[in-house]
Amino acid sequence: MTGILLLEQALNGLQFGLMLFLLASGLTLVFGIMDMINLAHGALYMVGAFLSAWLVQLTQSFWLGVVLAVMLTAVVGMLLEATLLRTLYARDHLSQVLATFALILIINESVRMIWGSDLALSMPQALSGPVELLPGLRYPSYRLVIIAVGLVIALMLYLLVTQTRMGAWVRAGASNREMAMAMGINIRRLFTGVFGIGAALCAVAGAMLGPLLAVQVGMGENILILAFVVIVIGGIGSVWGAFVGAILVGFVDTLGRTLLPLLFREIFSPQFASAAGPAVASIAVYLLMAVVLFVRPQGLFSGR
Amino acid sequence: MRFPVIKSLLTVSTLAALACAPAWAADKVKIGFVSTLSGPSAALGVDIRDAFMLAVKLNGGKLGGLPADVSISDDQFKPDVGKQLFERYVKRDKVDFLTGVVFSNIMLAGLPEAVSAKTIYLSPNAAPSPIAGAQCTPYFFAVSWPNDAYHEAAGQYATNLKVKSAYLLAPNYQAGKDSLAGFKRFYKGNVSGEVYTKLGQLDYSAELAEIRAAKPEVVYTFLPGGMGINFIKQFMAAGLNKDTRLIQPGFGADQDVIRAVGNDMLGVFDTSHWGLDLPNEANKKFVAEFEKEYKRLPTLYAAQGYDTALLIDAAVRAANGKIEDKEAMIKTLKTVKFNSVRGDFRFNTNQYPIQNYYLREIVKDGQGRLVNRIVGQPLLANHGDAYVKDCPMK
Repeated sequence: MTGILLLEQALNGLQFGLMLFLLASGLTLVFGIMDMINLAHGALYMVGAFLSAWLVQLTQSFWLGVVLAVMLTAVVGMLLEATLLRTLYARDHLSQVLATFALILIINESVRMIWGSDLALSMPQALSGPVELLPGLRYPSYRLVIIAVGLVIALMLYLLVTQTRMGAWVRAGASNREMAMAMGINIRRLFTGVFGIGAALCAVAGAMLGPLLAVQVGMGENILILAFVVIVIGGIGSVWGAFVGAILVGFVDTLGRTLLPLLFREIFSPQFASAAGPAVASIAVYLLMAVVLFVRPQGLFSGR
Repeated sequence: MRFPVIKSLLTVSTLAALACAPAWAADKVKIGFVSTLSGPSAALGVDIRDAFMLAVKLNGGKLGGLPADVSISDDQFKPDVGKQLFERYVKRDKVDFLTGVVFSNIMLAGLPEAVSAKTIYLSPNAAPSPIAGAQCTPYFFAVSWPNDAYHEAAGQYATNLKVKSAYLLAPNYQAGKDSLAGFKRFYKGNVSGEVYTKLGQLDYSAELAEIRAAKPEVVYTFLPGGMGINFIKQFMAAGLNKDTRLIQPGFGADQDVIRAVGNDMLGVFDTSHWGLDLPNEANKKFVAEFEKEYKRLPTLYAAQGYDTALLIDAAVRAANGKIEDKEAMIKTLKTVKFNSVRGDFRFNTNQYPIQNYYLREIVKDGQGRLVNRIVGQPLLANHGDAYVKDCPMK
């Protein structure tokens, strides 16, 4: 029985981790290559989710709406980079944090003005039920689709980074920006492209999680914090690090929420356990980050 | 002092305004309405607001014979924002009554502002246990129901069903703890799991896996607003409704949740002090007018908002518009009679209601809509709360 519980929790952790990876991979590339702290990354996740909800309603097709939304969000990301963020590369981190924080507020309020504070996005009817994976384990089919989408995109990203010329530029830029420029790589265009890909990945995460969670203003901020935890754990600038970090965070969060309270109930009095269990579970991810920072300050797989 | 002229002008006009304020009876009722009107839990605040304003409208824009000046603001589901709004209403706008808040954590953040300014707060929803007991205050009236009450009724229902194992889930905050304590107070069976999640959590995959492993006979959850909608959707998507029975507090299975979840809600049982089909004249009028005005069926939140406006109306009328005398107004509010949509009820010494609680079942009505129908006799009749003995007020 516990085997099935563990398996189901592992699937849940994987599903959450893969969605975190979609957010963190864009963030880590922007941070690693451009040395730019982009707090507004979470806002692109929100924009992606809102565009999906809106386009799904407009086109009456879930997948068509999502694909259009992902492309549109990439365009929004590239426009943002070309008009505003580009001017911030030369500035120090504090200016970047201030400017992109302002951007969060501006984007949040703009979305509120355009669509209101929330939009409904439901999963395709065919995927709303469970599938029986094993006897005694019925798992929501939509979550399986999320896992599949996440794995396919992770694989595509891996091929893009390791097998293509653009991937080589990205890796060169991440490990030594000046040298890459000196070797004649058009950093400007590369940056815009990377930003567009990052925005598209955000939109995929927003569109996939939208039906499960809620499409609402401010949805990006909470998950952005976790995305930063992921890239700190994984090492800044490393896509592989972001993948490992995201899966780790996904597992620690999911398993921590169920196993830690159980463990506490074994060790401590029930009253203390019911108070402390959830509290410790909610900081488990940050404990993990603290331990990684202590042992390997540069992260598990630093890009530099 | 860069603008001395403007500043002195402002002072003069403020003094003039103060001097003109009538000392005998007010010329209008000023009400500060703070509620959650955005985000995934907005539907609750919107229903309270709409029903409150419906009552004002049906009264010709007046409450107790005086023009009603209702100022509405959104707490954005944030306690700090709620507290600021309370402060603004009591200090700057000097309102006569405060009302509106959905969530007890936000209400508890704002309430000290109201109490220290001696402004009466009439709660159309949040009614946490500390304010019913040792921390009770004459400036707080719960027009709704004590936080525990629905859960006590649900516990009683599980006991009536002779359930052997129950799995309980609530957010990790005051109302969440109150709710499960309330359920356990009236539930005699075994608790196979008691879980507290982060407030505002939207993904319950980990908890649902635990429920599947624990195999309880019933699952009882206290998850207001968007949290509950997400939980029930994910509960159904995981196929758990085939293995276990879901019992909800009334607000976990009302029209807002039914609208969001759809047909999967059919056959869910819940507990409430109010129902669409309660057979009293005030309720029939309320349900019909609400549906006519807003083209949707009211929720229990709406019923509470409507009742709050009716209570203010009756009390201001009974006091002949003398709303400045707070002591007298509190006495009036405690005893005044009005036609509540829930039928008869009265305030206990802690200013929390004593009333009936019913079992409701979600069924299809004549028009094929999913609605709650009251089942049988009240689960708990003339029921107060467990904390009144700690309240020093008489």
